[in-house]
Order: sequence, then C-alpha cells, then structure tokens
Amino acid sequence: MSKIFDFKPDRSKYPAKKADGTLDVDLRSQKYVKLWLGPNHPGVTGNMAVELTLAGDEIVEAKTHVGYLHRGFEKLIERRLYVQGFPTSIRMCVAEPDTNEYLIARSTEVLSGYDKDIPEMAQWLRMLSLEMARLQGLLRGVPGQAGTFSLGIGVQWGVYLRDLILDRFEELTGARVYHMYIIPGGVRGLLPDGFKKRMEENLKEIDNFIIRIRQLMFDNAIFKKRSVGIGVIPKEWVDLYGIVGTNARACGVKRDVRKDNPYLMYEQLDFDPPTATEGDIYARSWVRWQELIQTVDLIRQIMAKMPEKGDIRAKMPNVLHWRIPKGETYNKLESGRGEYGMYYVTDGSDKPRRVNLRGPSYTHAIALLEKMLIGTNIADVHATMVSLQTCPPEIER
Amino acid sequence: MSELDINDKVKEMLEKSAENAGSKNSEKTFVHPEDEEREVIAPDGSIIKVNPIYDYFSGKKPTEEKPSNGVVEKFLNWARSESIWVLGFGTGCGSIEIPPLMTPRFDAFRFGIQMRPTPRQSNAFIISGYLSVKTLKRVIRSYEQMPSPKYVLALGSCTINGGMYYDSYSTINRLDKYLPVDVYIAGCMPRPEALLAGFMKLKELIKEGKGEKANEYARNFDEYKANQKKIIKDWNMPDYNW
Amino acid sequence: MKEILDRITPKYDLQDVSIKDDLQAYVVVEKKLAIDMVTYMRDYEGFSHFVLMSCVDWIEDNKLQLLYLLNNPEKKCVIGIKVFIDRENPSMQSAHHLWKQIWTYQRELREAFGIDFPGSPRIEENFVLEGWTDKPHMLRDFDTNKYAEETYFPRTGRSTNDPATYMRQKLYPNQPVTAKKNKDDE
Repeated sequence: MSKIFDFKPDRSKYPAKKADGTLDVDLRSQKYVKLWLGPNHPGVTGNMAVELTLAGDEIVEAKTHVGYLHRGFEKLIERRLYVQGFPTSIRMCVAEPDTNEYLIARSTEVLSGYDKDIPEMAQWLRMLSLEMARLQGLLRGVPGQAGTFSLGIGVQWGVYLRDLILDRFEELTGARVYHMYIIPGGVRGLLPDGFKKRMEENLKEIDNFIIRIRQLMFDNAIFKKRSVGIGVIPKEWVDLYGIVGTNARACGVKRDVRKDNPYLMYEQLDFDPPTATEGDIYARSWVRWQELIQTVDLIRQIMAKMPEKGDIRAKMPNVLHWRIPKGETYNKLESGRGEYGMYYVTDGSDKPRRVNLRGPSYTHAIALLEKMLIGTNIADVHATMVSLQTCPPEIER
Repeated sequence: MSELDINDKVKEMLEKSAENAGSKNSEKTFVHPEDEEREVIAPDGSIIKVNPIYDYFSGKKPTEEKPSNGVVEKFLNWARSESIWVLGFGTGCGSIEIPPLMTPRFDAFRFGIQMRPTPRQSNAFIISGYLSVKTLKRVIRSYEQMPSPKYVLALGSCTINGGMYYDSYSTINRLDKYLPVDVYIAGCMPRPEALLAGFMKLKELIKEGKGEKANEYARNFDEYKANQKKIIKDWNMPDYNW
Repeated sequence: MKEILDRITPKYDLQDVSIKDDLQAYVVVEKKLAIDMVTYMRDYEGFSHFVLMSCVDWIEDNKLQLLYLLNNPEKKCVIGIKVFIDRENPSMQSAHHLWKQIWTYQRELREAFGIDFPGSPRIEENFVLEGWTDKPHMLRDFDTNKYAEETYFPRTGRSTNDPATYMRQKLYPNQPVTAKKNKDDE
C-alpha cells in the first residue's frame, strides 16, 4: 500500500520548544486547537477539567485543572472537636467514604494511645466495612472502563449491583453513602440478624456478573482494540511518579498496603494481590477485574472467620472533653485506588492542629495524567483518565 | 487591524497585567490579556468586535418571556413537565446518586427525565450539593446558556444553608442568592427516592404554571449579578481559538 | 528503622529524632541540608517512594514546619523529614527534580501557606482557588468562619450549640449550669 495516509506522522520535531522549556504553540497559526475537557463534561471522572492543546487529533499538551470541589476540609477540621471533625472528614472522598472513617479513627486512637485496646470483633467489622466499600467502588469502576468505550450495558449492571451492596450498608449502618460506622474506639453496631445470608445472596449475583463482565470486556474485540497498548505506564515510572495501588500492580510492581504493612486482621486472610506486567489500559482493567473476584472472596472469608459476638467498643474518654497530647502520625490503608493515607498532627488541645490527606489521585490525575496524555488520541483521553481511577475530591479536599 | 498590531497590543496587555500583579498592596485585580476588548478577524476577512468579560458575565440582560394564553400554555406546560432534560454536570458529591437514579432500579427515564451532555439541550439543572466559588462561575455560565424555561433543583443541605460547610471559605452558603431555585431536596446526601420525589414536585409546579424562575432571573438580573460579582472576582473563562 | 537512623543521625546532625514504632520515624533537619538529605535517602537508603509533602503552621513559635514523607518499599518503613522555616516571607529550596509529582505539592503549598519555591515549574498558577485576594487560606491566623460570614450570605435562623454545654443541659437538666469553660474551646 502506498503511503498516502500516514497515520503515524513523526511529531517529535514539532511543536518546537522555547528557551524555558515550554512548548512554542502559536494558537493563531491555525495548526493547534485548544480544547477544554470538563468540568461540565459527562465523560470526565467527577468535577475536574483537562486543558488540551491539539495538533489534529493528537494531544501535544495537557494541563489538569482542579479545585472545583474544594471545600477546605483541612481548615474546617482544625476548627472542630475531634469527634466533630469526624462527620466532616468522611466526606473528603465520596467514592469510598469508609476509608476516611478508618483513617481518622485510627489516627486519633494511635495518638491518644488507645490503638491496642480495640476489640477483635470491632476490627473484623471494620475490615468488613472497608471491603464492602472497596467492592462497591469496584462495581462502579470496572464496568466504568467499558463505559468509556460505549459499552454502557456494563455500567447498568454494575450500578444495580452496587445498589445491592449499598442496601447491605444501609442495614449495617443506617445510611447509603456516608455511613459513619467506624468511630474512634470501635464500630457503631453488630451485624443485624440474617445479614450474612442476604450478603451471600448478593455475592452470588455478583459472581454471575463477574462472568458476564468478562465476556463484555475481556473477550470483546472492541474493548481489546481500544485498550491494548494504549495508556502504557512503564515500570520505571512507578517510583518516579509515586504510582500506587492497582495502577502500580498493573505494571508489575506489587504494592499493596494490606500485604506490606498489614493493618486490622488482614494477616489472617488468605489472599494475593493480582498483578499484570503490560501496564496498559487493558492490564489495569484486568487487574481490577481480578481484584473484584478477590474482594468477593475476602468478604466471604471475613464473614466465615469473624466471631459471632464480642465487644465492639473500647472504653474511650468523654468525646466532648477529649484532649490528645502533642504528636503526629501517618496512617495508611489500601483503598480501591491505592495507598490512601492521612498525616495527623495534634498539639495537646481539643482540636487537631493539622490533618493532611494523601489521596492516590493527587499524583495520578495531575503529574501522571498530564504526561500520559501527550501523544495520545483525543478519543482515548476518557479511557486513560478512567483507567487511572482519578477521583477529584481527594486531590483538592 | 493587521495581525502585527494585535501582537503588539497583546504584548502591551501582558506588560500591564504584570504590573498589576506586582502591586500587591492595592486591591488585586485579575486582568488577563485575553479578557481585553479587541477586534478579531474572521476567516472570511470580516472584523468582529469581542468583549470577553462582557460575554462571560453575560452582561446582556436576558429577556423575559410572557406565558402564552390559556389552553396553549397549559398544553406547553404539560409537555415541559413530561420532558425534563437534565444537564449532566456533577457539581458536588450528590452526583454519586445520579447513576442509581438513571439505571434500572430507580429508572427516572420512565418519568421523561434524562441526562443531556450540553446546556443547549437541557432545561433542568441539578446542583448536586456544595458549590465552591470556582464551580459557581461555571454553573452560572452553563445556566445562562440553557434555553428558557429552565429549572434548578438544589440537592442537599449544603445548598440550603451551607450545611456542614457553613464556615468554609470556599463554598457558598445559600444558592438562592445567586440563582433562582425551584425545588430544594434536603438530606446529606438525598436518597434517589428523595430525588424522584423532588422531580415529581417539580412536575407539579410546572403543570401549575409556577415554573417561571427563568423569568424571575431576568427580572431580578441586576440583583443576582451583584451577588455573583461580590464573590467571583476573576471572570476569565477558558479561551478557545476556534 | 533504628539502624538507618543510627547511620544518618551523625551525617546530617539531626536534632530531634522521634521513633513512633518500628516502621515510622520523624526527624528534624536543618533547612540547608534538607533537600540534600531527601536526595540521599532516595538514592542510598532505598526510600524511593515519595508519599506526601505537607506543612504545619506553628504560629506560636512563628515557624512553618515542612514535611517530606518518604517510604521504603523494601523495608516497608516511613520516614518523615521535617524542616522548620520562618513564617515571614517563607521560602524553601525546590525539590521538583527528585520526583515528578513534587511540583504539584509545591504549587499547593505556595497557594495554601504562601511558601515560595524558586524554580519550581508552574508555581505561580492557581491550584484550587481562583481569584483569591485574602491571605493564604491554610495559615492559622486566617479566620475562615469570619470570612464566610462576611462574604457569603448566612441563612438567618441557623443556630449553633456548644456541644459540651448542650449535652450537660440535656443529661443533667436539674444541675445549675456552671460557667466552667475551657479557654481553647473558643
């Protein structure tokens, strides 16, 4: 075939660079187009914007703009009592709010010296709640990747099944999205009667869904053509960019806080975080799909190994006069998106001095996404963004 | 005006804005070079005058549309109430309950509610929770782009009185000072059932002929704009070159 | 953790070493040695994963405390390198050449605390706020409640209770309310 249509022109030569390293893009030359993706765009993950400069349909420059969801949590928590800061802080990330509950409860316990007193039953229930949160996140996330390639039926199934898990949450905690179940000192309540039976029914439905989503995504030519070899993260980038969680595991670096620094009762569970080596969108979806299987298995294990009865609260001081001595701590856990940590500083008063949340999207959505988008096609922007599981509220808090 | 002159003018403006940024003690102004009034040459050679700040402000007052007569208006209201097209702009954390609302379990489609990707095709705006000032600017612009009649549903306690963000420096307290609100849906966050109830209430209001908040916005345009200008100081908007 | 600290303490003349547990420690280092030490920890001690860069405002000491939190994926331990800088015209050497995500943190700290990092890319750009004219919003002396009341329109009729007084009245209604109030409850 003659070279009439050169689909891969060599774009390494242009745009030229200025002396200070920025791109020499003259927008009036009509060679480049500036396009804003978001914040008002149905394909963007949450309320954020990506400013794209295009040559043809290839991206030469990308800039992430965040701050549309900024509420100033870290400032607000400094003005509230420890226990008042608790309902505020869990709204920091809406996708998996339970992770925030655990982190803030754990931080206050560590700093006030109660972390060894947490009863075993409470730890199992905390773990159950965290795994259920991961499951509902994955039920949105895994089919969401198919949704970016217009395979919308997966999203319909996933959202329905996620609702079933939210029903179980409602049974356990009384709320659908913001649960406030893991409180300092333990958890709020025991499992309701018949909870395990109903959970098992839901998990059976999810088992069925797992097979169907495999047929929809990984046995599907459309999905493969759009995802294999696109949005590749080389292994060397993992430390350079601070990549964590499923995104790191998909390029062959086995990082999982549950295994590296076991918290709660994860040492007693039998699991092995799934990995892949390719590091492209397909590998990330594959790892996430495997993790879906694993999470279902973990919930079954937790429900089987968990004691029937037991204390759920440690004896804690009166929360209204609770003072924590001066100190600092960093606690982390493995959320569905990766290492999720909180740096907590107290100064001896009844309010925290500083709370800083470290969300995985902070690096994924800004430094990494901007780098990954360069040279890709505009149609692959959503797929790349969703495959990184970016969640804007944890970037700007 | 030739292209060269425009380049010179832009350079001048850049210098001017650099000077403005330098004087920190005075009231900070946000003058961007692309916000200045200027003339641009269209591809066919004609000259178009643009005033970005005026356009972004939507400085032009929207026109008030009088309702039609009797039966016609009733018929139109019935049609409007059965085709509520919602702008797909998740402004806050309440947007996580929109997918369950739209999927088979709660299935808002059966009431004629569906999501649209662009403001030009939609007539309802769900403000899903807290609004930071930065988003409010985009929300106002999207709202002004929507064709009339248009409706606003405000979700969650954050839009009513600030909710738990009442003392935040970044989020607004009362939405009705900046945009006219048709229906408030209370809760943090409201369940999909509550959202459906809110939509039913909106339908009732439209059928009764009370969904005229777009006209209210036009009537009290100056007041709303004054409130908006009080908190939004940088009116620069994304620039497109096409 | 302990052996690493024994190695680096004389090297960098660490003033304040606090070991939380086997896997977490915080050290205070002089400002001019900080970036040097971060680089050393990355290259020679295997702390290759940059976790977090944060800042704490110790207004009573007139100091800002910068924190570089590094993680060692091999030994699974975390070290926090703390630097105290002046609160007036705060400035710090940029570390954006070490990890690719650091310029984002520096951009955030510039906006939130007003710390300057000369040479860091895109440092002047807004991060989360737009059109902000007040002082940096994370400083302790910026009163967010006052700002919100002046700027936005608080809805009238919204009442707030002091939780301690409210609970005392609810639980022990017969007891007279004593004016026992902690000073830093305000």
